[in-house]
Amino acid sequence: MQSKNLLELASAISSGAVRVVDLTFTLSPDFPVIVLPPEFGQAAPVRIQEISRYDSRGPAWYWNNVTFGEHTGTHFDAPIHWFTGKDLPNNAVDTMPPKDMIAPACVIDCSAQAAQDPDFVLTVPLVEAWETKHGRIPARHWVLLRTDWSKKGWRDYANLRDDGAHTPGPNPAVMKWLVEERGVIGFGTETIGTDAGQAGHFDPPYPAHHFLHGAGRYGLQCLCNLDQLPPTGAVIVASPLKIQNGSGSPLRVIALVAST
Amino acid sequence: MIDPIKPPRRKNPLLRTRLPASPPRARSRTSHGFTRAAAEGRFMLQRCDACGSFAYPAREACPSCLSSDLPFVDAPRRGLLLAETTARVPSDVYFRERAPWRIGLVKMDCGPTIVAHLHGDCVEGAAVRMSLQLDKSGQAVAFAHPEGETPNMSDDKQYREMTADPKFRRVLVTNGRTVIGQEAVAALKAAGAKTVFVGVAEPWRPFAGENLLRGQDGIEIVTLDAADEKSATDLAADVGGKVDILVNTTEYVRPGGLLDRRGTSIARDEIDQAYLGFINLAQAFGPAMRMRGADGINSSSAWVNILSVYALANWPAFGAYSASQAACLSFSHCLRAELRPGGVKVMNLFTGPVDTEWFQTVPPPKVAPRAIAQAIVSGLKAGLEEMYVGDVAEEIRQRLAANPKALERELDR
Repeated sequence: MQSKNLLELASAISSGAVRVVDLTFTLSPDFPVIVLPPEFGQAAPVRIQEISRYDSRGPAWYWNNVTFGEHTGTHFDAPIHWFTGKDLPNNAVDTMPPKDMIAPACVIDCSAQAAQDPDFVLTVPLVEAWETKHGRIPARHWVLLRTDWSKKGWRDYANLRDDGAHTPGPNPAVMKWLVEERGVIGFGTETIGTDAGQAGHFDPPYPAHHFLHGAGRYGLQCLCNLDQLPPTGAVIVASPLKIQNGSGSPLRVIALVAST
Repeated sequence: MIDPIKPPRRKNPLLRTRLPASPPRARSRTSHGFTRAAAEGRFMLQRCDACGSFAYPAREACPSCLSSDLPFVDAPRRGLLLAETTARVPSDVYFRERAPWRIGLVKMDCGPTIVAHLHGDCVEGAAVRMSLQLDKSGQAVAFAHPEGETPNMSDDKQYREMTADPKFRRVLVTNGRTVIGQEAVAALKAAGAKTVFVGVAEPWRPFAGENLLRGQDGIEIVTLDAADEKSATDLAADVGGKVDILVNTTEYVRPGGLLDRRGTSIARDEIDQAYLGFINLAQAFGPAMRMRGADGINSSSAWVNILSVYALANWPAFGAYSASQAACLSFSHCLRAELRPGGVKVMNLFTGPVDTEWFQTVPPPKVAPRAIAQAIVSGLKAGLEEMYVGDVAEEIRQRLAANPKALERELDR
């Protein structure tokens, strides 16, 4: 690729010919986090503590101390997050290849089904139907599941009931198929977790985590604004914090979308 | 007969909020024997071990036989009001603002004569029942009540200065997700609180009992995650000037001590919830409470902590929890000192294991959450500073006083 093409991209971004869509929720203490049974270790919630705010603690400057778990807010899952990916090379956020942080995306719109059924699961036939319309999913693409879940209030968003969370996600067959037959680079959702709320009862449990990370692929969750992306052609920039041996991190996810 | 107090009107925003004044503070070290008794709602006097006579005020030697063995012991409360007087223009700022103020001389059945503050229904020449109360300076004073019950007794103007009665006051219960929190809300409402604000962290997370709190008159669910600085500050910005009583129902119980846990993440949560939560609440709500200590019928009056009695002596089975509670206990004394200028009491309730989920495998006796809620109300109504709720708490206290080393060994099981 010639450098002038890269410069053209930069000027297209600057002029608005290429739109930049922010797919990220604001990292705040209010945002729901994954809930595990209380006897397990828990993700530390997001905390923002003022160091100073133009006051006696620092007269001319404002800054905060921030603490959070690796899997809070809009965040990235690296292969090392799951037992299936624990022995892979370069499986943590600090060692993963930087080139994996930029990749195109296929967006599968299941918002109508998810509106009807919070336990909606994505299946192979549904993706095949999408492919007949938009073409085969190319290798090393993200597959993003659009459910419009990100537009809900926090309570409906987490949708916790006495038998666990009820949020949409992929079934085991489609995850295995996307990883093995389509060679996706990763899978992204609007919900808390790449897996469905009830995925602990699937076989294998948490199939998105199981198959993605077992094959060295990535996860993105708590995404928003997927409704602003075209079915194909958007380019995702997702570069997690370089946390030593980190299993994931909150991050700013942006999409580049050509205006024509 | 005491006229019932009326629900306070809304404040006139053109008038300055009066700052709290304090009654005289100075006491001898010996007379803090009364402070200890008043803090727990006991009536104690010095009694000579040699000759058995009671003494008052606090003495270094027995006025009858000069023995120096004058321990404080629980004493009979009955006496006779010999004489009363009304101070109409006292020179002290605190009393001048509250004049006329009645005091009297009470001849105790057990011997000594005591100068006491008088309940409005005390009649000269009639029998009275004495108590020791903590005044707005946090110091013990003698208070004479009519011998029997009289109508609207706790509405007495002078007695209400000694208590933190929830009647017509607005209360913040900081954590309404727990059974203790929900029982506290019900008990405080039943005790006449005007409004109970109920803090709920992470409102997106459903919890048992939620429906009981919602839609009830005088109960307002507010978002509060005490462990989050901003959440506490945000809530205080909304209702900080309306919190007359704060009941800290933070509850984060996890088993385990040092060696059988891995890492510090649970300990961090314990510190976050219990200790940093306490700091956040104090910084968010404390300053306004201290400033509103004399703000009429619904002046700010008390801060309540529910602490594990294992704050006093570590229970290794819940060792890290015990340590977090000890930190809170220490800080509660700091808060008490800092709220003192406002006349706001800090009441610590010590409990043994509570009949809740995290003490599931602990054998009885366990404290019922309702008993804690009732103790909160009775403690506020009596103006106490220390309460031991349930058999375990009381027993730990006594064993600690008897032999701390023995208690340490015995808890190590």
